[in-house]
Amino acid sequence: MSALSAKAASSAVELARKGVARSRHVRDGWEFAIRGMLGCTALISIAITVGIITILLRETIAFIQMPDITLTDFLFGTTWSPLLGAEKHFGIWPLICGTFLVSVVAAMTAIPLGLITAIYLSEYATNRKRAILKPIIEILAGVPTVVYGFFALLVITPALQGACNFLFGTPIFSGYNAGAAGIAVGIMILPIVASLSEDAMQSVPRSLREGAYALGSTKFDVSVKVVTPAALSGIMASCFLAITRAIGETMVVALAAGGLAHMTLNPADQVQTMTAYMVQIFLGDAPAFGVENLSSYAVAMVLFMVTLVLSIIGNILLNRYREVYE
Amino acid sequence: MSGISLRTKRILKNRAFLALCLFSTSATILILALLLMSIMVQGSHFLFSSEALSAVFGHGELSQVTKIIRWEFLSNFASRFPEKAGIYAAVIGSLWVCVICALLALPLGIGTAIYLEEFAPKNRWTALIDFNIRNLAGVPSIVYGILGLTAFTRMFGLFGSDKNSALSFGPDNAWWHIQLPFGQGLLAGGLTLMLVVLPIVIISSREALRAVPSSLRQASLAIGATPWQTASKITLPAAIPSILTGAILAMSRAMGEAAPLLVLGIPVFIANTPDNLNDNFTVLPFQIFNWAGRPQESFHQLAASAIVVLLVVLVCFNGVAVYLRQKLRKPLA
Repeated sequence: MSALSAKAASSAVELARKGVARSRHVRDGWEFAIRGMLGCTALISIAITVGIITILLRETIAFIQMPDITLTDFLFGTTWSPLLGAEKHFGIWPLICGTFLVSVVAAMTAIPLGLITAIYLSEYATNRKRAILKPIIEILAGVPTVVYGFFALLVITPALQGACNFLFGTPIFSGYNAGAAGIAVGIMILPIVASLSEDAMQSVPRSLREGAYALGSTKFDVSVKVVTPAALSGIMASCFLAITRAIGETMVVALAAGGLAHMTLNPADQVQTMTAYMVQIFLGDAPAFGVENLSSYAVAMVLFMVTLVLSIIGNILLNRYREVYE
Repeated sequence: MSGISLRTKRILKNRAFLALCLFSTSATILILALLLMSIMVQGSHFLFSSEALSAVFGHGELSQVTKIIRWEFLSNFASRFPEKAGIYAAVIGSLWVCVICALLALPLGIGTAIYLEEFAPKNRWTALIDFNIRNLAGVPSIVYGILGLTAFTRMFGLFGSDKNSALSFGPDNAWWHIQLPFGQGLLAGGLTLMLVVLPIVIISSREALRAVPSSLRQASLAIGATPWQTASKITLPAAIPSILTGAILAMSRAMGEAAPLLVLGIPVFIANTPDNLNDNFTVLPFQIFNWAGRPQESFHQLAASAIVVLLVVLVCFNGVAVYLRQKLRKPLA
């Protein structure tokens, strides 16, 4: 028994003595009060969720009740022009399209790199190498998102333009574009994919690997045909949670993706995401309490619902692999 | 199989895959290096004195360098003129709001974690709270900004508008002077960041508490200690190093957040530091966002310099976290 558990036992004895000296009634009352207080702090998280849903719902309803706005137009319209032109259109699909484009580019950057890195760390790297490499990769997760925005705007975009200029003679990528923002978001979520997938692979029982090696498998066979399928729900969970982050990412797209909401799937074009639109409104481009202001709440509602669904799927998958192997 | 045996083919495949692994892992690290280097290069102009820069990059003499760091950048307020601009207000604002956020989020977060790990019955309600917290961690921070704007900055419109407040407490010159609603003040900022980091604090604290061996708890309970005595005197002290590590990581997240505060409508340019809990403030990431979004090159350099300062602060935070973990960790069980 270590020093700490001995100390724990002795202080528990002392506590018990004090407890006996004090009246049992007082002690029970104290216990009850503490338990109640801690229970209340736990309820705050519920209150936060209820608060978010109530506020978003209230303002979204107010938005839909504005003149010339209908729910069908909002949910199925393909023109989003709240600040331009005489006739304002509020059809959310251009914003969803922009968000989708940035997230797809981010996922295409983060998932292959992250998964291969995870396989390397979990299956190939020695313990020493893993102990050095994993924290370095996790530094990427600790970098503030505004820094990635700067990186996307002033490093990735010029690099993409330069590369295209060299290859095709024209820059192709505009000064603000979905591609650079997506790559930056991808770098940001890479550690989530790598770290969570590696955890999932580590919790695959050794016996499965040993069985495969005994049959003459190479490391490649074991990693790709045994460990990856066995850890699949954890890997999927990591991808879902990472994409949730990508969809909700704000500062990168506000800086680097541009401000023009239109339906496009071309990563060289500028796009506006749901979060970037909210930034545009809250930075003061629209009169307070007008229809533009209310529209940002409706956009926030859609954003909240999308991220909530993805995050729920991710957490269900996470629970599943934890149940299987722990 | 033209010449190559099946076995050789599989071994080659394995080698090729290892090469791919090494390539992607080193690509990740190279990206990090490129990120840091590009920012350092762009930021050096305003961070270091001209004599130091010319000694390193130009024709100056190293021996003539009397000052290396350009302290004006840290001690000046923001300005329209890049040469005069500094980040003093932003640094002070960031530190203030982070301290307020820590004072609010840590007791609430650790309290929730203790309740869920040590007291809560294993029933449907507990499972619901648990599930709710996990999903709150995935909510975009800008959505928390909207909650903060309505609940703290405007207080649901219950106390008049944020420009024309209905209630105030304390003398105007006291640091604890508070007005309702909070407007764009420090308290509103700290509370909003608290919403953002609370799920992170709860999840990391729960993991820390769960790692304490149950034999310690059982020993304490068996001798007759109450659940709260066990939690406060046995479990919590044993879990404190990991809890603190998680808390510091959560605070570095708070330090880097700009989106929720942007929604509150905090100003970019202020020429004074906050005097009381209701005073306006700005934060470093928001200042960086503003500078990076301008077209002029010199503002981009200012943004890069501010990023270097922000990253240095975060590295210090993380250094403290690592130190605490090494220093306080004791073998349990």
